[in-house]
Amino acid sequence: MANPTGIGASVRRREDARFLTGRGTYTDDINRPGQTHAVFVRSPYAHARITGIDAAEAMQAPGVIAVLTGADMETDKVGSLPCGWQIHSKDGSPMKEPPHFPIARDRARYVGDAVAVVIAETREQAKDAAELVMVDYEELPAAVTSLKALEGGAPLVHDDIGGNLCFDWHLGDAAAVDAAFAQAAHVAKLDLVNQRLVPNAMEPRAALGEYDRATGEHTLTTTSQNPHVIRLLMGAFVLGIPEHKLRVVAPDVGGGFGSKIFHYGEEAVVTWAAKKVGRPVKWTAERSESFLTDAHGRDHVSHAELAMDKDGNFLALRVATIANMGAYLSTFAPSIPTYLYATLLAGQYKTPAIYAEVKAVFTNTVPVDAYRGAGRPEACYLIERLVEVAAAETGIDKAELRRRNFVPASAMPYQTPVALQYDTGDFAKNLDIALPLVDYDGFAARKAESARRGKLRGIGFATYIEACGIAPSNVAGALGARAGLYESAEVRFHPTGSVTVFTGSHSHGQGHETTFAQLVSERFGVPIENVEIVHGDTSKIPFGMGTYGSRSLAVGGSAIVKAMDKVERKAKKIAAHMLEAAEADIEVKDGRFVVAGTDKALTIGDIALQAYVPHNFPLDELEPGLDEQAFYDPKNFTYPNGCHVCEVEIDPDTGVVQVASFAAVDDFGRVINPLIVEGQVHGGLVQGIGQALYENCVYDEESGQLLTGSYMDYCMPRADDVPSFTVRYHEDQPCTHNPLGVKGCGEAGTIGASAAVMNAVVHALSEYGVTHLDMPATPERVWQAIRRHTPAQAAE
Amino acid sequence: MYAFTYHRPKSVADAVALQGRFEDPKLLGGGQTLLPTLKQRLARPSDLIDLGQIPELQGIREEAGGLTVGAFTRHAQVAHSDVVQRVIPALASLAEGIGDRQVRNMGTLGGSICNADPSADYPAAVVALKATVRTDRREIAGDDFFTGMFETALEPGEIVTAVHFQTPDKAAYAKFRNPASRYAIVGVFVAVFGSEVRVAVTGAGPSVFRADDMEATLAQDFRADALNGASVSADGLNADIHASADYRAHLVRVMARRAVEACG
Repeated sequence: MANPTGIGASVRRREDARFLTGRGTYTDDINRPGQTHAVFVRSPYAHARITGIDAAEAMQAPGVIAVLTGADMETDKVGSLPCGWQIHSKDGSPMKEPPHFPIARDRARYVGDAVAVVIAETREQAKDAAELVMVDYEELPAAVTSLKALEGGAPLVHDDIGGNLCFDWHLGDAAAVDAAFAQAAHVAKLDLVNQRLVPNAMEPRAALGEYDRATGEHTLTTTSQNPHVIRLLMGAFVLGIPEHKLRVVAPDVGGGFGSKIFHYGEEAVVTWAAKKVGRPVKWTAERSESFLTDAHGRDHVSHAELAMDKDGNFLALRVATIANMGAYLSTFAPSIPTYLYATLLAGQYKTPAIYAEVKAVFTNTVPVDAYRGAGRPEACYLIERLVEVAAAETGIDKAELRRRNFVPASAMPYQTPVALQYDTGDFAKNLDIALPLVDYDGFAARKAESARRGKLRGIGFATYIEACGIAPSNVAGALGARAGLYESAEVRFHPTGSVTVFTGSHSHGQGHETTFAQLVSERFGVPIENVEIVHGDTSKIPFGMGTYGSRSLAVGGSAIVKAMDKVERKAKKIAAHMLEAAEADIEVKDGRFVVAGTDKALTIGDIALQAYVPHNFPLDELEPGLDEQAFYDPKNFTYPNGCHVCEVEIDPDTGVVQVASFAAVDDFGRVINPLIVEGQVHGGLVQGIGQALYENCVYDEESGQLLTGSYMDYCMPRADDVPSFTVRYHEDQPCTHNPLGVKGCGEAGTIGASAAVMNAVVHALSEYGVTHLDMPATPERVWQAIRRHTPAQAAE
Repeated sequence: MYAFTYHRPKSVADAVALQGRFEDPKLLGGGQTLLPTLKQRLARPSDLIDLGQIPELQGIREEAGGLTVGAFTRHAQVAHSDVVQRVIPALASLAEGIGDRQVRNMGTLGGSICNADPSADYPAAVVALKATVRTDRREIAGDDFFTGMFETALEPGEIVTAVHFQTPDKAAYAKFRNPASRYAIVGVFVAVFGSEVRVAVTGAGPSVFRADDMEATLAQDFRADALNGASVSADGLNADIHASADYRAHLVRVMARRAVEACG
């Protein structure tokens, strides 16, 4: 009988009982004796010189303990928040890397930039006093959009960075692309914007700093996806605290979507201030503060051209993208529009030549960094919109055009012209599953039925591939990463056979406590209840890199497998000793250690007990204990891929777009827990639909004020906005280079969905001659597009 | 939120008396606008007078050719009331479309009309259903109640106690909601009383208004298609990142058509 809690079982998430009954422990739930509260004074201007800060009145306010500024941090030699990835421009020069202090010193560079911090006995007292801190600002003109920031004469975000240009980078073979375009029978062109988004994790960011005078140890509890990364960056670069005296804990974390990868200034401030005031210091963002200060996502402006021969075979792709970095470089910002974007521009197609140029630009807006998908949704959106334009212009059916250009499964492993080597994938198979699933042939009838009700109907595809399982450290290092990207694990058997797994991955909604436990249950036949997953505390777990880029199972899970391999080797030795057999004769069958060809067998529990009660161990050959640690560094990225198909219905009177149906066929390699995978896909799809139809982060182009700073104006997708999804996956193409054969599923939905929705929207509007619409396809945008393309209306 | 003193009077008279005693008191209805405003420190009342425990402000009853709805009646109570569903179903349906479930369970009729948000739903019903707003000191005709953006005919300290809606022959409310806030970008309430047709528009302008041309057209020919030729001027209409004045003008006609269709 299959193990009911092993690999492939839809085990319900063990952590949910805690989360759904309010028993989770989030950073803001933790309160320490003597704790104080920090509230930040933030710049109301997008760009201003700070000419003076008068805290005298605030210091007199009830409960105030300290008012600290950038000058105080400078006195204490607090450093700049480091950037974790270095890009070099075309000319070989390194990217411009301006200092990014936790509290601004003489200039505020976006609305919400921290200017001072008030520490008081209560949060309300700190808020009251923050209003009394008198900051003299000399307002400066702001460069708000990336396009305007690049214009000659634009205000400079940093005085010494001319043209606001962070880097001007490229990838691919420009000459080969030019040559292919010269031979092209048809060229499809498209200008498109991938709009800026606010991540909106359910739990706002929070940080609690503590300092123990007795031991000299600092503790930071924070809403992080990767506590070791924060410990390294903050300890080594910002505060100068050695790692053995700095503990970083990321307890239950309520969603991240990338926005909690980065090292934020508030983390350094509370850690530093806790020592300064001699008491714990807690800060929790309010929702408005989250809108203003969490690193945003996307914000690309692109031009793309696709060259084809007369049969619609893709010959070359040329892309120029302008990426908004915001006011400073967030931790991984430079990697997003480069190595996580341009490298994915081949998509699922065998386009032989690709050339991409990316200009990264500083603006007076909050920094932009990884957001679910991080570069890959931008790549997918660009390619898949362009392919749809190409299909419309050439008159080739859009499914057929894709099929004609797919990298065939027989070509795997496939080296793309943009650095990556796909290991596995059968893209035609995804499409073959999807077409009958959505009744592609019946679309015309459904469209006619919609038309009878006065509605427009469109169908759109997105065939995506992403690079996950980030990342082989040698490759990442060669491309500019200033960190390794392996993962750690420790598998510790206890004397009575229960297990604690320490993982460097971090769960903030992904269900690791269930999926990882299934790996152990499968391998050793241990019931899942006897397996505890520990993560998120640098004092407990080995040095780990955390969770982002759909890497937890592919990299973190592989580390657990590697540690279990070591446990098994040790257990075999112990079993051989216990059963008086040769080690080579011990086999593992259904989680039992058996002497080959006999009925002599032990469970892992028997072995674990003996490991810790080694009364007659041959100690020269066998150490006591059953506790093994491993680090796993992947050999390649993993390449989840799939085919998403969306159908929309549009009300031409109002412009309202309704997602009528959505089907996702995905190849995630091997699936450990189908229930969790399906949940991840659902969430991802909603997020992708959110970008396509609802979400839009808008700054006033002159003043740099955030116009969508609350849910009154920033539209999040809700349950009643989306249909029931049809989700399928196949496991025929497991990853070839990790022990589980897994590829990752966390971002896939988001990557495919936006393109599929927009392709469907444009298809529905094609009868009006609309060929493109930028996201989000809000009712007014759709209505205006219809109006622009309706002759009678245009004449008005 | 700044500190304030909280009061919970048991009668309208007590509430009136309390108001007179403090420097900067504020009446608290369901709190769906006031509480977020306080949390953002955009208001600093000295005292909050919670109207939630006053029996005189509660209740829905059939009365004098219509419905009288107590000012403290929550949106969900109106939406789910058997009496409202029977007498003026369009009013129940309007209430069911306000905000989200949480808002409907807290927000009140009185709070909504006193706040006079240009995007609120209830003002359209007050005007279209020839309502009378009753206060602690007088009655105000629905047509005269809303005087501008967030402005009403109420005098300082005046407390709305109930709203009396007249029962129309038929009526319907069609709303185009803001996808983010779910307030009305445009809401059109159409009500027919004998030969009179009322078309009240909320969301589109600074305050609820009656679309005179459409009323005249529909009084002659009560069909959705009769509105095909109607044009609504964008002059003076609201514009924001969600909807331009042109788009709102267009939506007024579309929603009016839908309301007429829904009247059956």
